Amino acid sequence: MANSIKLRASAKGSEVTVKCLMTHAMETGTRKDKAGKPIPAHYITEVTAEHGGNKVLTAYWGGGVSKNPYLSFKFEGGKAGDEVKISWVDNQGGSDSASTQIK
Amino acid sequence: MNTSMKRRVFLKGSLAASAMGAAVGAGLLTPQAVLAAWPKAAFEAKKVEDTLSSLMGSAVTDASTDISIKAPDIAENGAVVPVTVSTSIAGVESIAILAEKNPAPLAASFDLGKGAQGFVSTRIKMGKTGDVIGVVKAGGKLYAARKGVKVTIGGCGG
Repeated sequence: MANSIKLRASAKGSEVTVKCLMTHAMETGTRKDKAGKPIPAHYITEVTAEHGGNKVLTAYWGGGVSKNPYLSFKFEGGKAGDEVKISWVDNQGGSDSASTQIK
Repeated sequence: MNTSMKRRVFLKGSLAASAMGAAVGAGLLTPQAVLAAWPKAAFEAKKVEDTLSSLMGSAVTDASTDISIKAPDIAENGAVVPVTVSTSIAGVESIAILAEKNPAPLAASFDLGKGAQGFVSTRIKMGKTGDVIGVVKAGGKLYAARKGVKVTIGGCGG
């Protein structure tokens, strides 16, 4: 199910800019529902970005990242046609990943 | 898998494990680098100093004009505050984004791999008006910059 990640990567020379938008509740665990019951914490804890077998970025997140999180970063040494992969895991054991070709 | 494949995989595994062990023993790889684990204590720390000590091993930072924090002057919705931290400091190892007045200041931490540039952008929650702090670890030292963001509606669900 790679549906939770929308991913774009573009190269300017050898500098690649990656932008992705993930669908995730990112619940802090401190909110309460209408009945006053705490909504359990449910957030992405780690996002990894890979290119050419190299782990370009590892992001550690907590509930402080907004719902449906956005992430953008840049790296050197990529070119159009290369594959970039983004994967995430959350605190409830959920995970997803998606790949795209650099344009 | 036939036995000889299993044997090779086993040997490869044990070789890798012992090489890892030797490297850790030789101090080349600190356990923290080897087992990249989610920094629980840092995410639970309630004060900026404790967050940084836990996450980066020190709370001592040099104010840097080479770190630029792009965030709105006024955030209409504290639940979604776009923040971009970029830096021209060479050899950046990691970047952290903190919201000083949040119950737990650490919002996000980024470990930069080979080739990654000093640039990260995301959206964070801010409970109330306060500073967004961008901390950059480079060459074993910590650098920081901050930007004030006015929050009209708090973003932590309060």
